Amino acid sequence: MSRTTYLQQINGALFDAMRADERVFVIGEDVAEGGPYTATAGLAEEFGVERVINTPISEAAISGVAIGAAQSGRRPVLEIMFIDFVTLALDQLVNQAAKAHFMSGGQLTVPLVVRTQGGAGQRGGAQHSQSLESWLTHIPGLKVVMPSRAADVRGLLASAIADPNPVVFIENKTLYFRREDVPDDPEPVPIGRANTLREGRDVTIVALSRLVSEGLAAADRLAGDGVEAEVLDPRTLVPLDLETIVESVRRTNRLVVAHEAVEHGGFGAEVAAAVQAAAFDYLDAPIERVGAPFTPVPLTPPLEDAYLPGAEEIYAAALGMLG
Amino acid sequence: MWRIRHFEERVGQLKRADEVYGLIHLSVGQEGVAAGVCTQLRDDDPVYSGHRAHGHAIAKGAPLERVMAELMGRDGGLCRGLGGSMHLVDVEHGLLGATGVVGGNIPMALGSALAARLAGGDQVAVVFFGDGAVQAGHFNESVNLASLWELPVVLVCENNGFAEFTPRSAHTKVERVSDVVAPYDLTRETVDGNDVAAVWETFGGFLAAARGGAGPFLLECLTYRLRGHYEGDPAKYREAIADADWQEKDPILRLQRSGLIEADEAAAAEQAARDEVEEAVRFARESPYPASSLSDELTYAT
Repeated sequence: MSRTTYLQQINGALFDAMRADERVFVIGEDVAEGGPYTATAGLAEEFGVERVINTPISEAAISGVAIGAAQSGRRPVLEIMFIDFVTLALDQLVNQAAKAHFMSGGQLTVPLVVRTQGGAGQRGGAQHSQSLESWLTHIPGLKVVMPSRAADVRGLLASAIADPNPVVFIENKTLYFRREDVPDDPEPVPIGRANTLREGRDVTIVALSRLVSEGLAAADRLAGDGVEAEVLDPRTLVPLDLETIVESVRRTNRLVVAHEAVEHGGFGAEVAAAVQAAAFDYLDAPIERVGAPFTPVPLTPPLEDAYLPGAEEIYAAALGMLG
Repeated sequence: MWRIRHFEERVGQLKRADEVYGLIHLSVGQEGVAAGVCTQLRDDDPVYSGHRAHGHAIAKGAPLERVMAELMGRDGGLCRGLGGSMHLVDVEHGLLGATGVVGGNIPMALGSALAARLAGGDQVAVVFFGDGAVQAGHFNESVNLASLWELPVVLVCENNGFAEFTPRSAHTKVERVSDVVAPYDLTRETVDGNDVAAVWETFGGFLAAARGGAGPFLLECLTYRLRGHYEGDPAKYREAIADADWQEKDPILRLQRSGLIEADEAAAAEQAARDEVEEAVRFARESPYPASSLSDELTYAT
């Protein structure tokens, strides 16, 4: 075990992939300078600016460039600096990348990774703080990964780069600099497999991204009340490891789904619907969702803090079900 | 060119008979561009097209019967019936994609050009688009990028004067597409796209330079769309061209008048094209529809 950060693990995964496979290249705004969070720091020095390609602020075009390069046999890792800007890349991701394999009758593949990051909590305002994963999970042909911990972000990124499909890899900016324990020799983490971070018999908490650690904090507090919560991190939303979630709910008979995205139309609704369809007879209470309110993310600290869902909301939801 | 002409005219008939599916955009009248460009390319030169793609696919080498089967939604189609008229792909012959989103193919062609450079290859990427795409954001972003990175790509604009249902003058004050890109230091040329020899010659020069690592290039081909925007479009927004005028413009008749091809050779080519198109229709009609499991099989690559 060693202490490191989520961000350093991402950076390490990029070094690993570029050393192992000359087809891998990194492209995006300011990537050769390391980007605003230093996720790509040092890559240009080792691999040159031919493989660590700075671009103008042209999200639509650079997404298309990455897709075309992927179709022609390269393995691009495209950075969209903030997920809020994925709006500008959606035509290429939704209409081209997601459908190329299908519409070509299997002739084309698009082994593309789109790294991006979302999340509020840093006073970024409503255009630099969103959680927009459910837009992407709605598109057949895209895979969507949301790593929550330093311990498996490196292995997940390695798997995303090796995948023959377009994978949207959604990081969270508030996780970047947390120091955490990670195994010294991290294994690739398969896409599509959930991780059980805490076992419990009374309630299942399925949490995404930043809310995984919040779910664990809620579980600690619930334990003080005599409630044993099981905490699951799906890690990948598409494909979703529904089997692990359903198996847990069949034991605990209660489910809380928690994410930072707006609750309305969020991915939690999909999890809730899928679980009730698969395990309706096992449920002792309606499934609870924890998410942000239906407003843009406010800038001012008191309002942003109140907006953000976290351990408190998860705790209250779980306790309410057991009441 | 006869192969494209007869194919397109036959597809128009089949559309009226409801034998081909989806939105069908024919390139009758624009054959000179496809032929003048694609026949000079290698199979490993990546080509991208738009919604009016049949001619480009055929000129790039896609077998007629597999294009026809695709339009009929059959398993024997290029894309096993999952793409259709606006999404023709033939990787074997270097057609890496046609798109129904106007202009969306342009940055992808840049990506294929970039891939060729990264791999140390000498492939040249070509992208076809209409003048309607020029007003889209991704065109302008792509021209800037292609120029900035000096990519081996030829942007081929088929300027037929109409963006969907309205004339170019309703979309922009800039009449010539080659003028739109003037500040970007592209090598650019506007030619008569209905003169296949002119297209051939100018494109050939661009291709040779791009093969040697130069780029990017923009070739604007002024052409004429004989049909409406799509099959079934009554085209009330423009006057029908007089027969005599069309005789003057028709790229096939012009080639035959030019003396570059003997009359009997032209007649034989036309007859062979007719026969080949009928054979394609027969093949497509006999090809089965794909199994219902195909959608699930091909949503993700494995």
